[in-house]
Amino acid sequence: MAIVFIVIASITVLMAIGTVTARNLFHAALFLVGAFFGVAALYATLDAGFLAAAQIIIYIGAIATLIIFAIMLSRSMMGREAGALNRQWIYAAIGASLLFVALAALVLTTTFNTTLLPVPDNVIYQIGAGFVGTYVIPFEVASILLVAALVGAIMLARERHR
Amino acid sequence: MLSEYGFIAALGIIAFIFPFVGVAAAWLLRPKRPDPIKNSAYECGVETIGDTWVQFRAQYYLFALIFVIFDIEAIFLFPFAVAFKEVGLFAVVEAFLFIMILILGLVYAWKKGALEWQ
Amino acid sequence: MDLSQLDLRNLGLLFNQLLTSFGVPPAVVPIIGSLLGALLLLIFALTLVLGLVWFERKIAARIQDRFGPNRVGPFGLLQTIADALKLLTKEDITPTNADRVTYNLAPALAVFHVIMALAVIPFANNVIGANINVGVMYIIAFGSIGSMAALMAGWSSNNKYALLGGFRVVAQLLSYEIPLGLAMMIPVLAAGTMNMNELAEAQYRYAGFGWYIFVMPTAFFIFLVATLAEGERAPFDLLEAESEIVAGFNIEYSGMKFAWFFLAFFLNSWVLAAIATTVFLGGWQGPFVDQIPALGVIYFLTKTLVVFWLLAWIRATFPRLRIDQMMSYCWKFLVPLALVLFMVTAVVLKLNLPHPLEGIVLLAANVVLLLGAWWLLGREQRKQIGASKRAFTPEIPRL
Repeated sequence: MAIVFIVIASITVLMAIGTVTARNLFHAALFLVGAFFGVAALYATLDAGFLAAAQIIIYIGAIATLIIFAIMLSRSMMGREAGALNRQWIYAAIGASLLFVALAALVLTTTFNTTLLPVPDNVIYQIGAGFVGTYVIPFEVASILLVAALVGAIMLARERHR
Repeated sequence: MLSEYGFIAALGIIAFIFPFVGVAAAWLLRPKRPDPIKNSAYECGVETIGDTWVQFRAQYYLFALIFVIFDIEAIFLFPFAVAFKEVGLFAVVEAFLFIMILILGLVYAWKKGALEWQ
Repeated sequence: MDLSQLDLRNLGLLFNQLLTSFGVPPAVVPIIGSLLGALLLLIFALTLVLGLVWFERKIAARIQDRFGPNRVGPFGLLQTIADALKLLTKEDITPTNADRVTYNLAPALAVFHVIMALAVIPFANNVIGANINVGVMYIIAFGSIGSMAALMAGWSSNNKYALLGGFRVVAQLLSYEIPLGLAMMIPVLAAGTMNMNELAEAQYRYAGFGWYIFVMPTAFFIFLVATLAEGERAPFDLLEAESEIVAGFNIEYSGMKFAWFFLAFFLNSWVLAAIATTVFLGGWQGPFVDQIPALGVIYFLTKTLVVFWLLAWIRATFPRLRIDQMMSYCWKFLVPLALVLFMVTAVVLKLNLPHPLEGIVLLAANVVLLLGAWWLLGREQRKQIGASKRAFTPEIPRL
């Protein structure tokens, strides 16, 4: 099981590195899709089938497509972008390294309260019951949030036409 | 349940490699005579003028965005549909509230003309 | 051994025992089993496509009052093999400035997404590649990857028309995923599980002919229309129209890569038909399937073939829709109808009526909803036709 995790995690990290270093924006988006796939595979190894499927449906199917459309809306498609580095790259590198050190220290020194309970067979039922039971407020707020996003996007997009 | 994903992984590997095997087989068998005219972009026999750039209308983006919203809604509704049998009546009312809010969003999009494809 | 002992569920266990007896370490046995099963599925899919292409061409031909393939092999059955061999040996013309990696990846992804969907289709009771609890969501997930493949194909060809075709395909595929998901959610409501095998199993509950198509025909209708759109078949095949945009996103593909798109198209139709069978037509259910489990495979394949025949019939019959008509139909008709149907079904199921009555009430509600929606659509259409008539009628001066 550890081998599977190492393989999937390294593929995900490679895809993520590809996302930030790709010269062409479209390639970067495709590397991002690969990274999403890796995350979905990780969810699957943890027996979280619902999350894995939701990850693919929402992130790859919807959000990655949206990102690609947004890229195409704002640039010429086939262009090779300039390099990923600009003149201030050394400061960004220092800042990113500091952030990395801080996060790593945080993760390594915290003891996470993990238990080794197996995932129950009726986990989707429990998620569903939770949605309308304990977590009903976030459920409803989520719908309001979605409608707010919809209204906002429509207002922004239609303004150009009026 | 976990072992089931093993089959999916195996199928994924095989299904991903197989097309490349087929293309490799074709590479062995087919003629290779690249020609600058054959390799140019196909535009009903006319030469391409200018860069490959199309008017990407905001309409495409809007449709993708509406799709994202309703996709997430569908994801939320799936566990509810599975748990439907055993939850009480009030839970059904809550889910209806969820759906009605999103139908409201759809109606707004409809009235504002976001669903038109010009 | 008599036929009742031919339990297909035990075949897997027998195979594992065989491998261990050969001295294979027990950790590796399930891996080899999975790989072999996957290979079997792949070979099944490829052989199936050979027959499907022939089948569809024959149907289209007969509807158009001609013969269809009848030269190569008996009744033209080997026609597809001849076509495949031809495509194998055609020159692969890669356009200049095409993005190499994406250009080669797109057909592979198209085939990938279709074959992966085969993993959760039950061919008989419990004869399923991966009996996961989220079968329905898995199918939708791999459907959404298909739209990514089309986008990649359109973008990487460095061709205006391919790009435009790619955008329109993706818009169509994305939009119709919502009705597809919602229509699949309604049987999930009734069955209480997303597991494909259990969905097929749960359809005996309305005493024999409790297949969901009989109690929720509107959901089946929505699913069928969404299937036509997701499979890019007529009347939604705007992207393939030769007179329109010259074969859409696969203009610049030739040879084997085009063959993969072609294969993905037909296999996708069959997979969607198989899903329709499992979710609405009772999958492998049929008379005597408990005593002789192997009969389930025959029932399943027959039903899927019937649905595929229906799809081919529709393709040969209806004219094409314009893209704005397609999108309006999805967002203004199918999505509201599906949501309302979901709510109505939830209400009816919560009433907890005794079983035959519940089925009848559900059927009545479905029919009322569908007729009401069609009536509304008709009214809207008449309004639009009236408006366009007024726009074009010249003003006759009153003398």
